[in-house]
Amino acid sequence: MLHIINKSPLTNGALDSCLRVAQSGDILLIEDAVVAATTGNVCAAKLQEAMGRCKVYVLQPDLDARGFGDRLLEGVSSVDYGGFVELTASNKNCQSWL
Amino acid sequence: MKFGIVVNEGPYQHQASDSAYLFAKAAIEKGHEVWRVFFYHDGVNNASKLTEPPQDDRHIVNRWTKLAEEHKVDLVVCVAAALRRGIKEENLAAGFRISGLGQLVEAGVKCDRLVTFGD
Amino acid sequence: MSEVKKFMFVNRKAPYGTIYALESLEVVLITAAFDQDVSLVFLDDGVYQLKKGQQTKGIETKNFSPAYRALDGYDIEKLYVEKESMEARGLSEEDLLVDVTVLSRAEMGELMDQQDVVLSF
Repeated sequence: MLHIINKSPLTNGALDSCLRVAQSGDILLIEDAVVAATTGNVCAAKLQEAMGRCKVYVLQPDLDARGFGDRLLEGVSSVDYGGFVELTASNKNCQSWL
Repeated sequence: MKFGIVVNEGPYQHQASDSAYLFAKAAIEKGHEVWRVFFYHDGVNNASKLTEPPQDDRHIVNRWTKLAEEHKVDLVVCVAAALRRGIKEENLAAGFRISGLGQLVEAGVKCDRLVTFGD
Repeated sequence: MSEVKKFMFVNRKAPYGTIYALESLEVVLITAAFDQDVSLVFLDDGVYQLKKGQQTKGIETKNFSPAYRALDGYDIEKLYVEKESMEARGLSEEDLLVDVTVLSRAEMGELMDQQDVVLSF
């Protein structure tokens, strides 16, 4: 399953909830959630811990828009909107953690 | 692949409609079909033809209209959510149509994937 | 629609503060009317939607919580609550309006994986 997160983990529990429940699959960070995958962010550790069971992706245009284009956390893959589409297609189903 | 998209937030206030549009555009560019976009909750405000953004800003409503015209994307606005928020036939932008929630269920059934954008 | 898919509705928001819970319920009822396989999940603050004793007169808003009791009549019987979400809010099954199945986080994750369509409000 593709899990889509769009909130900063510093102000909202969506990422925490997703990491609590998701046993496997892909996690894509979009919109305000992209900051979770930046170096120095306090949430980086739990994201790295989750990489053992899930693959983590970030939407690069959202990262660039927020000035973090060069601060991507190691182990996280970046995708453009086309990559977002392909992730949705390659997973059997998807869920937006609104 | 056949995609359905759900937009739950209004334009400008939230990035949801922008993300949904860019996703739809990318899907079409990759040869997929965007069969229907369903506007729910405050997302119904994306269909107001009274929308007038500043000249130097993107026109979110017209962008959807153009996508519908060029790629036969079915833009459906939920009737119950629309009436609650003052969206009616008389202020509906081109390319959009007002219909029931059954259209959302139908999109879930007929599309290979249904992707939601919201808050 | 002859085709039947597994639809899951994930409720993670409390009622009244925003309209999501109420409008989500409207989709749930329609989906059941289309004879689809419907599951309702209450996670995080979504658990508050099921709290007994909601009194909305003072905020001049319709109390829609009785509708959860009516779900049975629409053949919607798969209601799931995540254990940790419930306990973190000081709630137990006795505090809830309807009978639910309580799932662990892992069971919840597995159930989500099995769905065809997941709508989150």
